[in-house]
Amino acid sequence: MKKKAFKAALPHTLPICVGFLFLGMSYGFLMRSKGFSFVYPMLMSLFIFAGSMEFVTVNLLLSAYNPLYAFFLTLMVNARHLFYGISMLSTYRNVGIKKLYLIYGMCDETFAVNCSVTPPEDVDRGWFMFFVTLLNQLYWVGGATMGALLGYVIHFDTTGIEFVMTALFIVMFLGQWEEAKDHRPALTGLGCSLVCLLLFGGERFILPAMALIVVCLMLGQRRAERRTGKGAGQ
Amino acid sequence: MTLWQQIVTILVVVLGTMLTRFLPFIVFPEGKTPPRFIAYLGTVLPHAVIGLLVVYCLKDAPFSAWHGLPELIAMAAVFALHKWKHNTLLSIGAGTAVYMALVQTWFR
Repeated sequence: MKKKAFKAALPHTLPICVGFLFLGMSYGFLMRSKGFSFVYPMLMSLFIFAGSMEFVTVNLLLSAYNPLYAFFLTLMVNARHLFYGISMLSTYRNVGIKKLYLIYGMCDETFAVNCSVTPPEDVDRGWFMFFVTLLNQLYWVGGATMGALLGYVIHFDTTGIEFVMTALFIVMFLGQWEEAKDHRPALTGLGCSLVCLLLFGGERFILPAMALIVVCLMLGQRRAERRTGKGAGQ
Repeated sequence: MTLWQQIVTILVVVLGTMLTRFLPFIVFPEGKTPPRFIAYLGTVLPHAVIGLLVVYCLKDAPFSAWHGLPELIAMAAVFALHKWKHNTLLSIGAGTAVYMALVQTWFR
């Protein structure tokens, strides 16, 4: 049963394998170039296992110690997982103890596969989703560790390598933009952040920006509801 | 940061991440449906947060020596490549290479 589920899961994870090895390696390499031992990217990719937040954590580790700020930043950056969770409430039902690992390892890509792919009928869905999650995590941790180890052997001027994170988010932004019909949420995120960056400066703008984004989105929803007539058609 | 401060920071990030992953399953066990506002946030917040992260990455650029010019050029490269080829890894890889080349040569 497990073997069959593994065979069914593997092909769905191969494109993710390529992406995760590349991004994981650049993450590991970035950490090494900032002077961290390979143990850091290895353990961080294993335990945090949320790609964008791991990149952000590199910055956190390099700036002044502020756990409360780190906590709120994590909640905001990973808030999307709340909504992945809400969408997976029914899919992750009745899979036994594996459910704990499925939730623990639910990164964006794993969520994307598990919520969109229905395995063939003779394959156990619980084990299928388990292997999708496990394989994706292996690619990521493997990539991050290899990247950091490469950083010991290969030496070149790494000035500017941190742009890999910026490029990643720009590409995610473009991808979402092309998929979305309504661009107001994306523009709200950009606009509120820019306004708060100008008002509060680079060190303090994140928390006010988060608050402003939620308030603006809330007001946007109210207006949309009023336009459609309260509660009608919901 | 001392080693312990680093460990605490990483643990706090792990805790925050796990909270966002496990909370829905704790709050809405078997069959309970989440309120409308939460469901609505679920559809819009992912888009807004990526915008925030883009700004977060570029927060120091406008105040640097070149006022963000190399960043702008590299962003344009990522944008153009992505529109042209629609290949995530190519856009990220080439964009980073462009930026590294810029800040290591003309924009030292």
